[in-house]
Amino acid sequence: MRVDVAIRSARDLTAAARKARILPLSREEVLKVGTLSRIGLSDAEVGRFTTQLSSILDYVGKLRELDTSGVEPLAHALPLHNVLRPDEPRTGLAPEQALAGAPEASGDFFRVPRVLDEGVSA
Amino acid sequence: MTAADLLPTIGLEVHMHLKTRTKLFCGCPVRYDARPNSCVCPVCLGMPGVLPVMNGRAVELAVRMALALGCAIPDLAKWDRKHYYYPDLPKNYQISEYDQPLGIGGFLDVETPRGAVRVGITRVHLEEDAGKLMHDERGGNFSVVDLNRTGTPLLEIVSEPDIHGAEDARAYAEALRQLAVYLGVGDCHLQLGQMRFEPNVSLRIGTGPDGKPRYTPISEIKNLNSFRSVERAVVFELARHRQEYVANPAEYTLENLGKETRGWRDDEGVSFLQRSKEEAHDYRYFPEPDLVPFVPDRAWVEAVRATVPELPQGRRRRFISEYGLPEYDAGVLTAERGVADFFEKVAGLVKDPKTASNWMMQDVMRVLNERKAGIADLGMTPEALAELVSLVKQGAINRNKGTEVFGKMLASGKPAGEIVRQDGLAQVADAGAVEAFVDQALAANARTVEDYKGGKKAALGRLMGEAMKASGGKANPQLVREILLRKLGG
Ligand SMILES: [Zn+2]
Repeated sequence: MRVDVAIRSARDLTAAARKARILPLSREEVLKVGTLSRIGLSDAEVGRFTTQLSSILDYVGKLRELDTSGVEPLAHALPLHNVLRPDEPRTGLAPEQALAGAPEASGDFFRVPRVLDEGVSA
Repeated sequence: MTAADLLPTIGLEVHMHLKTRTKLFCGCPVRYDARPNSCVCPVCLGMPGVLPVMNGRAVELAVRMALALGCAIPDLAKWDRKHYYYPDLPKNYQISEYDQPLGIGGFLDVETPRGAVRVGITRVHLEEDAGKLMHDERGGNFSVVDLNRTGTPLLEIVSEPDIHGAEDARAYAEALRQLAVYLGVGDCHLQLGQMRFEPNVSLRIGTGPDGKPRYTPISEIKNLNSFRSVERAVVFELARHRQEYVANPAEYTLENLGKETRGWRDDEGVSFLQRSKEEAHDYRYFPEPDLVPFVPDRAWVEAVRATVPELPQGRRRRFISEYGLPEYDAGVLTAERGVADFFEKVAGLVKDPKTASNWMMQDVMRVLNERKAGIADLGMTPEALAELVSLVKQGAINRNKGTEVFGKMLASGKPAGEIVRQDGLAQVADAGAVEAFVDQALAANARTVEDYKGGKKAALGRLMGEAMKASGGKANPQLVREILLRKLGG
């Protein structure tokens, strides 16, 4: 959904923005993002996402038109700081409730595909 | 460059759970013995639409630790999202501090057999712990996850590569634990996973043509959870680096091979290469939009600084200089804050630090060691011990009876004076009565008396013992000795 919106908006990019355009994403970059997100991508998907993700970057790249050389980087968009909570316990969820939405459970545990973290033997 | 010139160069990342009642961003209790997935809520389960709210106590404890380590507290700290996908991390990102941590640039002085070593502290920051992932023991093709630990406040302390040996790495880790416990910042129970270590190990291999030091590749050893494994893993890794470097000095360098992540198999005592770690940019850090920055008020920082008690090293030195305690005793009495506080209370009440130290070392520490208990579980107040020490000092009972009374106080919870009265343990210091005990001993041990007169000075101790026994252990030993010497010499 978001991607579609982004593409439509991207079509409206001004000529100036096109000039400031970030280099299009490569297939390798898309594959890498897929790996980092633990998502397997088919060849067709890699092609499609290369176009779509490039469009999103173009859209956001519009911000590059602004001259921000004299502007301090912001840590946060809200003019707030030090929002702190007292260290007081509150009742949360029972295990049954916590596990109710899990694709798979095993007793009181979430159940996930086997994770091997043995690595390469030295 | 020979193998002997290779300088071990070690930095340590230490993670510790903070002593809070609740998690970092939600009110779920921090518990270690709870039913799996019973200390969770939508926030720490990473449900969409929830809002984390920072635990003020966790920030305070983090700043207290940072101050005790001599860190500066910058004017702004912020949190960032660190992205990676793993089943124990329900949000698929960890909230951590990337480039603006709570504390920067401190140090810790560590006692080693070769004297004090100063280890620089790069940074101290506050982040959240992940859940626990366990592999199915029955060989099933799945793993299980308990998210009770998810979101537990975790303090990360990163040292400079100032450590030059495995023993020192261990000593540094132990000193950090002692400090955190002293400060009340964490309990640091290793068996509960409240403290974990990641040494970065390499060897300095002299200087390059540019005059800058060169190193073997850096090995980051992940997730060690005992002091022993820190020491063993570093020893192993240093030896492995030395071997690799000697075999191939041109290739085995940091410039060529960079940094690698290794695991540690404690049962086999070997490290092993793990999947190449994602680079910092692969974590796609960005400022956490759900948490606003922390801008410490300077008066507040000073108030936190005021809660930092006298630290173990300084206190140890003061016990030596102010109370005249031997170095060893001062070390034992300051190893734990509770013991040091207890001792100082007793010393103040009896106005005699050396005698108070003697009681702590001989009686209190013996009982704690036997019971493997902490001072809080002694079952005796400093005031109660001070009463007993005073009774001995005043000569109401002798020192040996004092130890007996100490045991009875622990067993019954009664005050020393009452036990002395009820059990008739008061010291016999009446010269006539003591003389009678001495006479009894001399009469019953004619052979020993002959031995003494024949020049065996050790026989005096035996006669002392016999006379004390005759008194039921209650005679004033000083008086027994005086009368005995007079009779034997006369
Ligand atoms: Zn929670």
